[in-house]
Amino acid sequence: MLVSILLAVSITLMYSAPLMFAGLGGVISENAGVVNIGIEGMMTIGAFFGAAVGYFSGNPWLGFLAGGLSGGLLALAHAVASISFRADQTISGVALNFIGPGLALFLSRKLFAGSAMTKPVEHPIPTIFGSYAAKSSNVLIKAANIEMTVPIVFICAFVLWFVLYKTSWGLRIRSVGENPAAADTLGINVYRIKYLAVFVSGVLSGFGGATMTLAVMNYFTQSTISGQGFIALAAVIFGKWKPHGTMAACLLFGFAQALVVLLGGSNSKIQIPSSLLSMLPYVLTLISLVLFVRHSSAPKADGIPYVKGH
Amino acid sequence: MGSKIAELLNKTATKIILAIVLGFIAGALALAVAGYDPGTSYSMMFTSIFSSPQNMIQVLILTMPNILTGLSVAFAFKTGLFNIGGEGQYIVGAIAAVMVGGVLNLPPVINVIVIVLVAFVAAGLYGALAGFLKAKFGIHEVITTIMLNWIALYLNNYLVSLPGIGVKNTEYSFPIKQSAWTNVLNGWKTSPHGQAYLSTHPALSTILLGTDINYGIIIAIVVAIAVSFLLYRTTFGYQIRAVGLNKDAAEAAGIRVKKSIVMTMFIAGGLSGLAGALQMTGTLPHALVTLANQPGYGFNGITVALMANSSPIGCIFTALLLSALQFGGSTIQMNLGAPSEVVNIMIGVIVFFVAVASMFTMISERIKRRRVKIAG
Repeated sequence: MLVSILLAVSITLMYSAPLMFAGLGGVISENAGVVNIGIEGMMTIGAFFGAAVGYFSGNPWLGFLAGGLSGGLLALAHAVASISFRADQTISGVALNFIGPGLALFLSRKLFAGSAMTKPVEHPIPTIFGSYAAKSSNVLIKAANIEMTVPIVFICAFVLWFVLYKTSWGLRIRSVGENPAAADTLGINVYRIKYLAVFVSGVLSGFGGATMTLAVMNYFTQSTISGQGFIALAAVIFGKWKPHGTMAACLLFGFAQALVVLLGGSNSKIQIPSSLLSMLPYVLTLISLVLFVRHSSAPKADGIPYVKGH
Repeated sequence: MGSKIAELLNKTATKIILAIVLGFIAGALALAVAGYDPGTSYSMMFTSIFSSPQNMIQVLILTMPNILTGLSVAFAFKTGLFNIGGEGQYIVGAIAAVMVGGVLNLPPVINVIVIVLVAFVAAGLYGALAGFLKAKFGIHEVITTIMLNWIALYLNNYLVSLPGIGVKNTEYSFPIKQSAWTNVLNGWKTSPHGQAYLSTHPALSTILLGTDINYGIIIAIVVAIAVSFLLYRTTFGYQIRAVGLNKDAAEAAGIRVKKSIVMTMFIAGGLSGLAGALQMTGTLPHALVTLANQPGYGFNGITVALMANSSPIGCIFTALLLSALQFGGSTIQMNLGAPSEVVNIMIGVIVFFVAVASMFTMISERIKRRRVKIAG
C-alpha cells in the first residue's frame, strides 16, 4: 500500500514538474503585466533543444540549460512585440506557438536525417538516489526515486516566491504589473523589468519542455508538448497568479496525467478506455477553472501594453 | 499628395503584405541556414501547384476547410474573442456528420443539407460552451478552447475505438453513405456509363477519379459571402461589431453583451464544424480516423483570419494563399528533402508581424481621432 502510494506520488511529481516550470514562467510574466500565451511554443522549443543537445553532448544538464536558453530567446521575440511594439499579446503569443514547434520540427528533420523525432537521449536527468536505488533492495527507495528536476522546480518556486514577495525587485515587478504608470513615476524602468520577466518566463518554460524530454520521456517528437503550456496557463489563473498557488494547481493537473498512466496500466482493476483517460487532464482543467476561478485576481495591468507618458 | 501616400502606407493591407513578405524572408533564411537554396525551393513550391490540374485541384480541396475555419476565427474576432478552438469544433463537426451521415439515407441533396445542419449545430454548441464560460465565469476563451480541442480529439479516438462505430482492425469509423457525398459527378463517375466514358477520356478521369474533387470550395465561398452579409448588413452583425469595438458602450446602448458572446461563439463554432462536415462528405475516406495530432485546420484559420484582417471575403484569398503554401511545402519535402515545416515558420512569422502591425494601425487611428477632436 505504502509503495503504491509512493509510486503514485512520484509519478504525479514527474508529470507535474514540466507544468510547474511553465506555470512559474507564466507567474513571473503575468505579474509583470505581460500575458504569455506563447508558453506552449517556448516549451516545445525547449523540449527539442533539451533532447537534441542532451543527445549530441551526452550531458543531460547541458541539454536542460540549452532548453531553457532556447525558450528564453523565443520569449525575447514576444517581449519585443508586446513591450516595445505594443502588439496584441495574445496574437504575438499565438505566433510563437507556430514558430516554436515549426522551428523544432524543422531542426529535427535537419539534424536527425529527415525524422520528426529525435534519437533517444542516452543519459537522461539523474534521479535523486541515482544508482543507489538500482542496487538497493528497498522498494520504498525505488518508488521514491524521483528525477532531480522535481527538487529543482521546488527550489525555483521558492526562489520566485521569495523574490516576488520579500525583495524590492519583486515589489518592482509586481508594481509594473499592477500600475506601470505609478511605477514609472517612482523611477522604475518599466520596460526593462517587463523584458527581464518575459525572458525569465521563457527560460522557465524552456526548462519545462526540457524536463519533458530529459526526465519524463527521453526523446522529442511532434506530440511531446500537447497542451501542457496551456494547462500551465490555466494553473496560473487557478493559482491566482501566485507561485505557491500555481504549484498546487500544477500538482493537481500532474495528478490527472499520472492517473492516465496509473489507471491505464494493463494490471489495474478498473478498465477505462485509454482515449477517455487521456481526456482527463483537459476535462479537469476546465472543471477546476469553472469551480474555482473568481474574476479580478489578475494583476491589474496584465495584458495591457504600457505607453510611457499616457 | 504626400499625405495620401502616407495614408496608403498606413493602410492595414500594406502592413499585412509587409508581414507576408517578412514571412517569406524568414522562410528563405531558415532554408538557407539549413543548406537549401531558397530560390529553388520557393519556385518549386509554386511551379508544382501549376504542374498538373490534379495539383491545382488538391490546393482547392485544401482551401475549403481553411476558408471556413478562417471565417470562424474572423467572426469571433469581430466580438473581440479569440477562437483558437477551431480544431475541436472541426472535429465535432466531422463526428456529427459521420454519425448522422453513416445512418441517415435521405434523397441526395436533402441528405447533405441535413448532415451539414446537424454538424453546424453540434460544433456550434461546442463553440458556445467556450462562449458561455467566458460570459458567465470570465474564463479566457483561449484556455477553454485549447482544452476543448484536446477533449474533442480524444472523443473522436474513443468513438473510433467503439465496436459499433469503428471498423474492426482499422483506424476508421464507418463511412458516410454515398448518397451524402459532395464529390463532383459523384453518382455518374461510378456508374457503368460514366466509367465507360472516363476510360476514353484520361484527362477528365485523372481529375474525377484521381482526386477528391468536391463542391466544398463553392459552398465555402457562398458561406463567406453570407457571413459578410450577416456582419455588415444585419442588426445582429452590427451588435456583434459594437461589442467588439467597445463592450461598455455596447452595454450602455442596450446590447446584451453576454448573449452576443455566446451567440458569436455558436456561429464561430458552427463555421469550423462546417469545415469538418464538408471534409467528411467531400474527401476520402468519408469517415472518422484515429487522430494522433490535431488536424491543423483550426490553427490554419487563425492565420487566414489575421492575414485577411478579419474580412470574410478576404478569407477566401488568404485561405487560398495558405493552402498553396502548405501544398508547396509538402512538395519541397518530397523533391528536395527540405523540411516542410519551413511553412510553419513562415506562418508564425507572418502572424507575429500582423500582431505588431495591427497595433500600429490602432495607434495611428488614435492619433487621427485626437486631431479631429482638436480641429472640432
